[in-house]
Amino acid sequence: MTAGTALLAVEGLRVSIAADDGVARVLDHVDLAIPGGRVVGVVGESGCGKSTLARAILGILPRAARVESGRIAFAGEDLLRLDQRELTRRIRGREISFIPQDPYLALNPTFRVGTQLLEIMRWHASDGAADGARGRRARHRARLVELLRAVQLADPEQALERYPHQFSGGQRQRLLIAGALACRPRLVIADEPTTALDVTTQLQILKLLRDLAGDFGVSMLFVTHDFGVVAELCDEVMVMYAGQSVEAGATAEILDRPRHPYTQMLIACHPDRSSDLAGIPGVVPSPLAPPPGCRFHPRCPSARAVCAAARPASVADGGHAVACVLYG
Amino acid sequence: MLRRVLLVVPVLFGLLVLTFVLVRVVPNDPSAALAGQNATPAQIAEIRAKYGFDRPLVVQFFVYLRNVAQGDFGTSMYTGRPVARDIAQRLPATLELTFAALLLGVGLGVPLGVIAAVRHNTWVDHALRVVTVGGVAIASFWFAIMLQLLFAMALDVLPLRGRLGTALDAPRFLTGLYLVDSLAAGRLDVFWDALKHLTLPTVTLSFGALATITRFTRSGVLETLQKDYVTYATAAGYPRRVLIPVYVLRNSLVATVTQIGLLFGALLAGAVVVEAVYDWPGIGSYAVFAIFTSDYKAILAVTLLVGVVYACVNILVDLVLGLIDPRVAEQL
Amino acid sequence: MLVLRKFARDASGMAGFVIVALAALVALLAPWLAPHPLDAHESHPVQRLQAPSRDFPFGTDNLGRDVLSRVILGARPALTVALLVVGASMAIGVPLGLVAGYRSGWTCEAIMRVTDVVLAVPQLILALALAQLLGPSLRNAMVALTLTYWPFFTRIVFAETRRLKTAVFVEALQGLNAGGPRIMFAHILPNAAPSIIVRATIGMGFTILSAAVLGFLGMGATPPDPEWGLAVAESREYLPDAWWFATFPGIAIFLVVFGFNLFGDGLRDVVDPRLRRSR
Repeated sequence: MTAGTALLAVEGLRVSIAADDGVARVLDHVDLAIPGGRVVGVVGESGCGKSTLARAILGILPRAARVESGRIAFAGEDLLRLDQRELTRRIRGREISFIPQDPYLALNPTFRVGTQLLEIMRWHASDGAADGARGRRARHRARLVELLRAVQLADPEQALERYPHQFSGGQRQRLLIAGALACRPRLVIADEPTTALDVTTQLQILKLLRDLAGDFGVSMLFVTHDFGVVAELCDEVMVMYAGQSVEAGATAEILDRPRHPYTQMLIACHPDRSSDLAGIPGVVPSPLAPPPGCRFHPRCPSARAVCAAARPASVADGGHAVACVLYG
Repeated sequence: MLRRVLLVVPVLFGLLVLTFVLVRVVPNDPSAALAGQNATPAQIAEIRAKYGFDRPLVVQFFVYLRNVAQGDFGTSMYTGRPVARDIAQRLPATLELTFAALLLGVGLGVPLGVIAAVRHNTWVDHALRVVTVGGVAIASFWFAIMLQLLFAMALDVLPLRGRLGTALDAPRFLTGLYLVDSLAAGRLDVFWDALKHLTLPTVTLSFGALATITRFTRSGVLETLQKDYVTYATAAGYPRRVLIPVYVLRNSLVATVTQIGLLFGALLAGAVVVEAVYDWPGIGSYAVFAIFTSDYKAILAVTLLVGVVYACVNILVDLVLGLIDPRVAEQL
Repeated sequence: MLVLRKFARDASGMAGFVIVALAALVALLAPWLAPHPLDAHESHPVQRLQAPSRDFPFGTDNLGRDVLSRVILGARPALTVALLVVGASMAIGVPLGLVAGYRSGWTCEAIMRVTDVVLAVPQLILALALAQLLGPSLRNAMVALTLTYWPFFTRIVFAETRRLKTAVFVEALQGLNAGGPRIMFAHILPNAAPSIIVRATIGMGFTILSAAVLGFLGMGATPPDPEWGLAVAESREYLPDAWWFATFPGIAIFLVVFGFNLFGDGLRDVVDPRLRRSR
């Protein structure tokens, strides 16, 4: 996974958020690479900053957030250098689209579903054909109906006329997935899209996403806290802890041979692998007062003095990178 | 919807009872007041019989109800004309003033509220906050007088009082709203004069409403901007300049529209003061006259009318809310 | 007192509190602060309608009385009326709201319907009619304002009581066989108190304005009372020349009401943090 061939490459991203009682250093030198046509997962406990990473890529960080340093290269262009207008015009919806976490809150309750989705297509679904507003709208509508069929939403024509509150959570998530694919983006960022759903629906949506990614040939960035989902869906994975990227590589490789102590414990504690509810001892540090150096060292069984001195550099071996003094 | 309308009926009935009780019961014997200070007992008794004050209160009330149902509000003791006619004649003036004030309040208040929300916590926002909190602290009668001092007396750019200059006649009656009627009759000179006369009273009346609307729009928009669907729309590439007016505003307006219903009541009350100061020939000044001359039939009629209008406006507000937010519509 | 500290951080709320405190101080010490305290009822036609000067910083009015003194003295009726009206409205409205919220059925319906009827007409209009019927005087104005303001408290307390009635601790108390009135006054009321206090503070400003309007229309204070609304009414016929006569009492009204509004807003933010975010 070299940055040169990646569709999206995040390098050394540092983000802080101003809170009432101090400055939270939410992301600390995070690296991520997404090759074209692959599904990459970002996994970590809640609060580790994975959602912030997703939002930083799209430029939808909260008002109080600041990007301290780093680079987000999309097809070679640094997204951090673009202003909001540029991002809106060229990137969002068109090149990179978004599937949010909570389907219940993501759709505007006072607009019909069709209106909302078609509106987005109006801005970004470019086809170059010159046939006037009415013709374009008809084509968009047709494409949207096709997509709704692809996401297995019943009765697509009718669905467009209804309001969000008339759909179930799973149905709304399908709508959002269709919306994300409507403008034929190159990258889809999915921020824990199945967390708010019940287990059966979760499995359905995951399968759907896997199939769609293949059929439509899009790259996907999949944010999740569940390693099981990563195993199911992702070609490659990046593990995050407390705002730092600790390990990255092909999913199969990491599942078989996890190197970073955190990754090992994370996999070991997964309900599919262990019936022990013990979990990892200790608590996730608050981003307001993070431990120096490697942020995992207070909970790490293999910690040494040098771990607190400085953040360990990432060492890559083939496609498998890890940031731990044990390997470098 | 029907249920909502029906709920209003007992309240209106209670209002009828209330107004009746107030005027008949509180000054113990209205006939003495009506007869004047030097009346003999015989004259008082005559008046009592004439107005039916000698019959039992309950009977008087039912007579009153029957009259109201027939649209007969009695004769004004001050003008000598039927109260219903007095009110009908003066109503358009108040409507014109109130609508103009509402228009100004909403037309300025909503955009200002949006600006304050979008420029949250900047100096623009703080400046607007001072204006909105201050706006409701100004006594409208004093504000009216200050405006008159500045614009009518010192600068002499706007007329001091009234609805139309003495040189001009009212336009031919179509709606009773001078601005509309004068345009319909093609009389631009009347239109301009009426507009000039309308300016100061409208500004005075709308000031409090403007402050409140700005405030509520601001908090409504701020709250909406925090919502997930706005973040999602931004992520999906919705341009900001379209996002606010089209997408966000509809959700933020729920609070504002609710406020407008309540504001109408405040506007009606404010109209009383504003009409009194500017000599505006509407229901407000009529009410003040009626109160000063103890013209109880007029007082009753005006109070009742205001109550009914207020109730209707609130029903209208619920209807509009149903249009804006489909979830509300289902509850109606 | 975490609450107080939170309040102190809010600049405009603190400013409001300072203004209110100053106004209260002025009202209390009026006879000693006013340069010509006897101008409350004495007149000196010789020096009538003089422009602001060193001797008379706010000028003199149509009877030669010092406007500055009368403005300072006017603080007393303004604040007293507001205090009495709001206090009496609370005394009537709060218990009614508690009872209506706590009991369902006939009592509740009756109380709320009466509340609706009184609220069906804008407060000022009803108060004006009442004041006229009772006869113009400051005392009758207070009665009129009270009789039209109590429903605002009833509505709020009703909503709060309904909300709290289903709270766990109330059910627990009922399980312990605590009596209705005891639950209402000793337990629900303290929890509803913050909302009531916020309403009362804002109501103070509102009442000062309403009382001033009544005074302006001649339905409240009567001459020679140094009431602010009355002063503005008296000043009208001497405009535009004697502008100071009309201007300063109005500024006084504005400042005091502004102070109460800021103070009330600050209290509201402290009391209901939910509203704070969208402030």
